Amino acid sequence: MNQILFKERLAPEVYRMRVRAPLIAEERKPGQFIILQLDTEFGERIPLTIADADVQEGSITIIFQVAGKSTKLLAGMEPGQKIANLVGPLGRPTHIEQFGTVVCVGGGIGMAPLYPIAQGMKEAGNRLIVIIGARTKELVILEPEMRALADEVIICTDDGSYGRKGLVTEPLQELCAQGAKPDLAVAIGPPLMMKFCSLATRPFGVPTVVSLNTIMIDGTGMCGGCRVTVGGKTKFVCVDGPEFDGHQVDFDQMIQRLGSYREQERIAAAGCNLHAEAVRKGLQE
Amino acid sequence: MSWRSPDELRATARVEWARIQALAQPVKARDRLAIPPQEMPAQEPLARARNMQEVALGYFEEQARVEAVRCLQCKNAPCVAGCPVRIDIPRFIAAIASGEMAKAIAIIKETSLLPAVCGRVCPQETQCQEPCTVGKSHKRVDKAVSIGRLERYVADWERAQGAAPPAVAPATGKKVAVVGSGPAGITVAADVRRAGHAVVLFEAFHKPGGVLVYGIPEFRLPKSIVQAELDTLKQMGVEIRTNFLVGRTRKLTDLLAKDGFDAVFIGSGAGLPKFMNIEGENLVGVYSANEYLTRSNLMKAYDRVHAVTPIHAAQRVAVLGGGNVAMDAARTALRLGAREVHLIYRRTEVEMPARVEEVAHAREEGVQFHLLQNAKRILGENGKVTGIECLRYELGEPDASGRRRPVEIPGSEFQMPMDAVIVAIGNESNPLIEQTTPGLAVDKYGHIVTDENGCTSIPNVFAGGDIVLGAATVILAMGEGRRAAAAINRLLAG
Ligand SMILES: Cc1cc2nc3c(=O)[nH]c(=O)nc-3n(C[C@H](O)[C@H](O)[C@H](O)COP(=O)(O)OP(=O)(O)OC[C@H]3O[C@@H](n4cnc5c(N)ncnc54)[C@H](O)[C@@H]3O)c2cc1C
Ligand SMILES: Cc1cc2nc3c(=O)[nH]c(=O)nc-3n(C[C@H](O)[C@H](O)[C@H](O)COP(=O)(O)OP(=O)(O)OC[C@H]3O[C@@H](n4cnc5c(N)ncnc54)[C@H](O)[C@@H]3O)c2cc1C
Ligand code: SF4
Ligand code: SF4
Ligand code: FES
Repeated sequence: MNQILFKERLAPEVYRMRVRAPLIAEERKPGQFIILQLDTEFGERIPLTIADADVQEGSITIIFQVAGKSTKLLAGMEPGQKIANLVGPLGRPTHIEQFGTVVCVGGGIGMAPLYPIAQGMKEAGNRLIVIIGARTKELVILEPEMRALADEVIICTDDGSYGRKGLVTEPLQELCAQGAKPDLAVAIGPPLMMKFCSLATRPFGVPTVVSLNTIMIDGTGMCGGCRVTVGGKTKFVCVDGPEFDGHQVDFDQMIQRLGSYREQERIAAAGCNLHAEAVRKGLQE
Repeated sequence: MSWRSPDELRATARVEWARIQALAQPVKARDRLAIPPQEMPAQEPLARARNMQEVALGYFEEQARVEAVRCLQCKNAPCVAGCPVRIDIPRFIAAIASGEMAKAIAIIKETSLLPAVCGRVCPQETQCQEPCTVGKSHKRVDKAVSIGRLERYVADWERAQGAAPPAVAPATGKKVAVVGSGPAGITVAADVRRAGHAVVLFEAFHKPGGVLVYGIPEFRLPKSIVQAELDTLKQMGVEIRTNFLVGRTRKLTDLLAKDGFDAVFIGSGAGLPKFMNIEGENLVGVYSANEYLTRSNLMKAYDRVHAVTPIHAAQRVAVLGGGNVAMDAARTALRLGAREVHLIYRRTEVEMPARVEEVAHAREEGVQFHLLQNAKRILGENGKVTGIECLRYELGEPDASGRRRPVEIPGSEFQMPMDAVIVAIGNESNPLIEQTTPGLAVDKYGHIVTDENGCTSIPNVFAGGDIVLGAATVILAMGEGRRAAAAINRLLAG
């Protein structure tokens, strides 16, 4: 169980892995995620979306970006090695039906969670438009996979090194402004990008689903660490989400909460625990 | 209560024991009543407030035997009625008095499977020790026979001897799934396995033990004790599957229909933390007690050299609530380095649901109590907690339960600077299993409805512990587990 079967680098600091997890492969649906931990005594529990699954092989695919200590360690693991703990599938599956035209917008690593949703939307008979956004050409991931699925693919890079130069919100807004506006938008990526995508679709009344990547611990509704405000109410991302109505999410608060541990994470990622200890002592003095 | 060193307590007990030996035997009731209650040896308060080791160190043998002689061996034994699982208290205490520790633990184990845990965490002053005749004669419940400490003593004694696991009946070919590895699940697994059925214990977390592992801190319940119980289960042949969330990894109904389980027990605990729904509750630095304690206990965030999981190094911490969970959070905050910890509770100390010993320990360690006060909003700057605004209360008319209800004093708002706030005002039930199990009946609070045998609305599916009772106690969870296990064993035998 949890053995890494395959590993590949998709872009600088972005990896794809297939991991043996037959039960999860069988049960998982688009929109769901797993939580993994690399060391039972001291490891952090980190959530990652199930980007794909192969029931035959009994494997799931994860695609992750190196963000800090745990993802860095994971990136250093090789096929044959085992992930100490892996639990899932967690969260509510995406609501998939035939809406008509669905535009899927992915920013950076957000393409990973977006892919199974796009797949599901296509299978349900929707016309599928995919907008891929990245800082620069080499960070564009899953383009071939999306081209194989979608009726139309639009690529945007911040620096114009590939596709259109500019932010994903621009083509999104253009699509919404057309006579035949999309029936649903799904936007997944950094919180700021989801915030602006939601602001872009709002004036046109295009329902917009976002997938929130809050900090999590248990992922089963027990700790409340993943809470966000949606429509003025407190919701737990791990059990009520991870997908919510983007027009209702309090993104500013979420962004603040994601930054909770920035200083400690920076130190942990630097790999020097003794230094971390010294700094924390300093904080206490 | 001022702290006395363990050596001093032991020396005093030795003198007392010699004095008792010199009395006319058997010791008369009047002489028994004159024996002073034996204090629990504990780590020195200021030292322990900065370490994670167990606070209460356990009786010395001399103390246990002196304390046991305090018991009057009442014919009607009112203490037994106070124990939710009816341990034969006078009989096990008499065995301790005569130095027969193996016999004492055997008597307890006729009824309870987790004496090392319950001896430590039961709210004895409202259960077995509340009606104790000795306490009543002194008109003080804290002078009752220390039943819990004696229970702990013999349980620890047995563990130190390295007891063999209970015998398991020959295999029956039947298979039982137990969901959740807290006290309810551990109990069911043991009792069902003893009858010869195969048992798989499913746990969502990466470590089994439930609240005993992720909630109650090391300084109150060493994890090695819980581990010993789990090791015993493994030796008995129980399979423990961690990282398995029933309802998601596998539907409960599939366990029965597809995976060949003949019965399922649900002991999934309380779950979902309640928040106060006040302004500022989502600021950075506001935690539910569940999150705070899980980070510290399960993820070992207190071990700052090894752990990866971060936790705020807060200087001034407010804890909202007055139960065991609140005390655990407050005392954990001290151990994580907080300079000041303020516990804010709406009623008075008398109404606090926490164990009396935990309240006393928290005070000794320097937790500051703010009674008849409640948080009105949490103040913040740049998204981070900077303080708390509270309101004062006074006691009004008694409510339906007979407790005087706290009423707010208008205009009494005041503010205190804080850099973390921990909300410990209780839990709601986790709806995951209910949502993914069609036909499972729950009440309006989301608690699973069961009959007197722990059977749910679905045949062959049983439930017990916090998911049935709401946030309750370890001993009640264990008691429910035993009842359900007996019913499962009857079902599978028939
Ligand atoms: C439901 C869900 C699905 C996710 N799916 C993916 C995915 O498919 N691929 C992927 O690369 N990432 C995904 N994430 C984000 C991923 O969990 C974090 O990048 C990871 O936890 C960072 O861990 P770390 O130890 O490497 O970094 P840390 O040192 O812990 O953190 C580095 C940075 O990441 C932020 N961060 C910390 N923890 C989280 C967290 N749990 N979620 C989001 N940001 C966090 C911190 O604020 C910090 O700025 C998902 C998150 C959620 C909640
Ligand atoms: C901080 C704290 C302090 C406490 N102090 C005391 C005390 O001093 N004295 C006392 O008597 N009581 C105390 N309690 C209460 C006591 O711990 C609980 O009443 C008791 O643990 C309930 O036992 P349980 O077996 O029902 O559930 P739990 O101990 O809650 O265990 C349930 C387990 O099930 C797992 N689970 C949940 N859902 C699933 C699923 N779908 N699939 C697989 N696994 C699942 C959970 O991860 C958990 O490990 C305290 C509680 C807390 C939180
Ligand atoms: S189990 Fe709890 S209530 Fe019962 S005798 Fe032991 S300490 Fe008392
Ligand atoms: S009530 Fe007290 S004195 Fe009487 S048997 Fe029970 S423990 Fe002993
Ligand atoms: S991660 Fe703990 S409640 Fe969601």
